[in-house]
Amino acid sequence: MTTGSRSIALSELQLDALAELVNLGVSRAAHSLAQMVQDEIVLSVPKVALVSREEAIRTVAEREKANLIAVHQIFEGEIHGRALLIFPEEKSLELVRAVVGGEASLDEIMELEQEALAETGNIILNGCLATIANMLERSLKISLPEILHGASVDLFNLQPPPPGGDSVLFIYINFIVRSREIEGYIAMMMDLPSLTALQRLLNEFIRRTTGTSVE
Amino acid sequence: MTYKVLIVDDSKLARMAATKVLADSYPDWAAVEAGSAGHAMSAMQDASPDIALVDFNMPGRDGLDLAAELIKLKPRMPIAVISANHQQQIVERAQALGAAFLPKPLSRNALEEFLQSALQKLKTPAP
Repeated sequence: MTTGSRSIALSELQLDALAELVNLGVSRAAHSLAQMVQDEIVLSVPKVALVSREEAIRTVAEREKANLIAVHQIFEGEIHGRALLIFPEEKSLELVRAVVGGEASLDEIMELEQEALAETGNIILNGCLATIANMLERSLKISLPEILHGASVDLFNLQPPPPGGDSVLFIYINFIVRSREIEGYIAMMMDLPSLTALQRLLNEFIRRTTGTSVE
Repeated sequence: MTYKVLIVDDSKLARMAATKVLADSYPDWAAVEAGSAGHAMSAMQDASPDIALVDFNMPGRDGLDLAAELIKLKPRMPIAVISANHQQQIVERAQALGAAFLPKPLSRNALEEFLQSALQKLKTPAP
């Protein structure tokens, strides 16, 4: 785990609990995606890391040279922040084609592109966020999906920036749809007060599931 | 007996998907599509649907608000609130209204199960 200068350190057990929640959320999201494309989704075990914004930008920029497309949603509640589903822009039509089905013509796919991306992102991000909220026994208000285009640095610098700076909970997922290889990332950005709240909720979650008190 | 199903979702793709499952399961039933809560309210007057499938996360009035209004207009209409946002609080609010909650993406099984229970409800005479 790497932390920025103004970030927060999660204990090994807290990070482990977070990985467990994210795994549940992402598995559910992958199951949803599999239903949408009516095919098996091969999903790599997600790596969960809490990193600084700069490191998130660097990680994505190093792996992805081309332009990126992202579905963006804001979540609000005891913890608040932004969730992003990011993948290479060149794969977006491919993903839409997988979701819309083989019979659609290129014209239809182009027409439905924005729409299908927003709906797909909405299902994946909601699957993830709602699972986490349920496991933490809290509720989150989730905004409508918005489509963003740009480089890594644009996607992680959305306006307005949080006053106290923020950290990025970075989840790297790799999903393969049929023979089309579509690689994606899920990132959640939270500021320090939200991360502190998350830490407290994780402690409650650990206490509930293990009966062990942690601080 | 055929029925009319009102499908409310701001996503055209989601409406297409629901219409397809409906057409596969009940080919002689009719689908009435609406892209917003406002359109759904007009469709209630124009098309007089029997059953409603309502997306939760929509711009303007959300699906739970719409479901509450639909129930006021037509108390015996079977309604399912559909969302990828399966948070406990949302599921409970749907159930408190007397609506079913179906997770998104809509699976054939979940929709068929709901439509069967809707049919039972529609066939039962009003008390």
